[in-house]
Amino acid sequence: MNNPAPSTRPPAIQIDDLTVAYNYKPVLWDIDLTIPEGVLMAIVGPNGAGKSTLIKSILGIIKPIAGSVQVFGKPYKKQVDKVAYVPQKGSVDWDFPTVALDVVMMGTYGGLGWIKRPGQKEKKRALEALEKVGMLSFRDRQISQLSGGQQQRIFLARALVQDAAIYLMDEPFQGVDATTERAIVNILKELRQSGKTLVVVHHDLQTVPEYFDWVTFLNVKSIASGPIRDIFNDDNLTKTYGINYKVATKG
Amino acid sequence: MSGTQIEIQLIAALVAVACAIPGTFLVLRKMAMISDAISHSILPGIVLGFFLTQDLNSPLLILLAALTGVITVILVEAIQRTGLVKEDTAIGLVFPALFSIGVILIARNANDVHLDIDAVLLGELAFAPFDRLLVGGSDWGPKSLWVIGTILTVTLTLLLLFFKELKLSTFDAGLAATLGFSPLILHYGLMTVSSVTVVGAFDAVGAVLVVALIIAPAATAYLLTDDLRKMLLLSCGFGVFAAIAGYWLANLLDASIAGSMSTVLGLLFFVVYLFAPGQGVLSSLFRERRQRLEVSLLVFLLHLQNHQEKRERHVNHLREHINWQEVRSRRVLDLARKNNLITIVDDVVDLTPKGQQFTDEALSYITTNKETAIEELKERFFLFRG
Ligand SMILES: Nc1ncnc2c1ncn2[C@@H]1O[C@H](COP(=O)(O)OP(=O)(O)O)[C@@H](O)[C@H]1O
Ligand SMILES: [Mg+2]
Repeated sequence: MNNPAPSTRPPAIQIDDLTVAYNYKPVLWDIDLTIPEGVLMAIVGPNGAGKSTLIKSILGIIKPIAGSVQVFGKPYKKQVDKVAYVPQKGSVDWDFPTVALDVVMMGTYGGLGWIKRPGQKEKKRALEALEKVGMLSFRDRQISQLSGGQQQRIFLARALVQDAAIYLMDEPFQGVDATTERAIVNILKELRQSGKTLVVVHHDLQTVPEYFDWVTFLNVKSIASGPIRDIFNDDNLTKTYGINYKVATKG
Repeated sequence: MSGTQIEIQLIAALVAVACAIPGTFLVLRKMAMISDAISHSILPGIVLGFFLTQDLNSPLLILLAALTGVITVILVEAIQRTGLVKEDTAIGLVFPALFSIGVILIARNANDVHLDIDAVLLGELAFAPFDRLLVGGSDWGPKSLWVIGTILTVTLTLLLLFFKELKLSTFDAGLAATLGFSPLILHYGLMTVSSVTVVGAFDAVGAVLVVALIIAPAATAYLLTDDLRKMLLLSCGFGVFAAIAGYWLANLLDASIAGSMSTVLGLLFFVVYLFAPGQGVLSSLFRERRQRLEVSLLVFLLHLQNHQEKRERHVNHLREHINWQEVRSRRVLDLARKNNLITIVDDVVDLTPKGQQFTDEALSYITTNKETAIEELKERFFLFRG
C-alpha cells in the first residue's frame, strides 16, 4: 500500500535532533524523524507525549531549543504555502463572531498575502471545500452553533482550500460521530491518493492499521517510525504506553 | 447649542470611535484588562514627555507615553512567561508600579508640572475646547480634536488595510503564524494602536473613561451580533451614543461628564444584556419556555400517531390522559394548529399529512441523531437547536 517517493527527492519532512521545552522543561527530547512524501501517517502516544508540540514545532509556532526541521529540504519559513494545518478543535474560540464560510475562507489568506482581500475566486474555492466535506448547507451558520463533528469538518475544509502538499492534523477525529469519522477518513485517503503527505495525531489505536499506512510512536522521545505492517506491534505499543498492549499485530 | 458644546460632543464622539475599534479586538482576545493596565501605566511617560515638551498635546509626548504603554504589555508578558503567575496577576504587578512612579514624579515636581491626578483619572472634557490650535494667528479649533482626529484616521486606515489579518490572528493565532502573518507583529501593532489611543484620549476624557470606552461598547455589541464587521459598527455606534447621551446627562444633572458617560455605558450594557435577542436574559427565558412547550407538542403528536381510536384522540380525553393542566393543553393545541400539524373536527384531533411528516422526521432525528435531516425543523422550532 505504501510507495515512498524516490530517494532522489528530499523527504516531505525531515526532523533532526529536535528538542522542545516549555519553561525550560523539555517535552520533546532529541527527536529524529523522517516522513517520506506520500504517506498517510498516524502519530500515536499517550496524553502529554508531545504530539501537538511536535506538530507545532514543525510549523514554527513553537521555537525549539535545539535541532532543525526541513520541509522538502528547506526550512519551513520558505515553504509556508506547502503545508496546511488542522489544529486541535479546542485551540480556537468558537464564540468568535463569524460564520462557517468565513472560517473556511481563512484558508485562502496565505495565498493572498498581506493587505489583499479575498474575492469571488476565494469564495468559490471555499464553497467547493464546504461541499466536499458535506457542509455546504451550513455556510452561513454561526460557528458556535455547529456540533463538534461539524466544527471539525469546517477545519478540514479550511485546510483543503489551502491546497497544500503536506497536511498536519491534530486529532481530527476528536469528538466526532461515526459518520463524520468515515467522511474524514475518506477525504484523507483521497488526498493521499492524489500524492499528498498526511500527518495525523490519532488516539484510537484499534483503527490505526485500517486508516493509515505509516506510523510514528512518540512519547517525549521518538520510539519508532515506519510502515504500519513493519512496526505496528505490541512491542512498540508497550514501549510507548508503558503498559502491556495486545491490540496490534493482525494487519 | 453653543459652539463649545458642539466641539465637546464632537471630541467625545471621535474618542469613542477611536476606542471602540481596538476595544473590539481586545474584547475578542479576552485582553480587555490590558487596556486598564495601559491607561494607568502611561502616566510616567506622560510626565516625562511633559518635562520635555511642556505641552500635553505634543506628538512627542503622545509617542513617549504610548511607548510606556507598549513596555507595560511587554513587561506583563515577560512576567507571565516565567510561568509563576497568571496574566491578571502579572497585570496587577506591573501597572501600579508604573502608575506610582508617575504619581511620585508629579508630586516631586508639582511646581513645574501643571498636571494633577484628578485630571489624569477623570479628564477635563469641559475644558478641552479652550486649548486651541493657533496657526499663524488663525484659530484651527481645539487641539484635542486634532489629536484624536489624527489618531482615529490612522486607526481606521490600519483597520481597513489589516482587517483580514487582525481577524485571522484573533480567531486562530496558530493558523495566522503558519500562513506567514506573524501574530506577534499583529499583537504589538494592536497594542501600539491601543496605547496611542489611550494616551490621545486620556487628556480629554481621563484614564477611567478611556477604559470604559474601550471595553463596554465592544462587550455590548458582542451580545448582539455574530458578525465581526457588525460588531465593529455596533461598538462604534454604542460608543458615540454613550458619549453624546452622557454629555447631555451631565448637563442635566450638573455632574461630571466622564462620570455620566461611564454611567450611560453601564446602563447600555445592562439593557442589552436583558433584552438582547438570542443571548439576552429575557430571550433565554423565553426560549426555555418555548422549548418546554415544544417538547409537550412532540409528546402530544406522538400520542396521536400511536392511537387510531377516536376515544384516545378526543380533546377532553387528551387532557386527562396526558395529564396536563388546561392552560398547557390549550397552548399545545394552539401551537399545533398554527403550524398546520393537526385538525380538530367535533373535538376529535387528527394529524394532518404535514403533522404526520413532522412527527416522523422529529422521531427519526431523536433516534438517529442525524444532523442534516433537521435543518428545516431548526428554522421553525427551538427544540432542535440544542
Ligand atoms: N503552552 C504550554 N506551556 C507549558 N506546558 C505546556 C504547554 N503546552 C503543552 N505543555 C506541556 O507539554 C507536554 C506535551 O503537551 P502536548 O504536546 O500538548 O501533548 P499531546 O498533544 O501529546 O497530548 C504536556 O506535559 C503539557 O502539559
Ligand atoms: Mg495534543
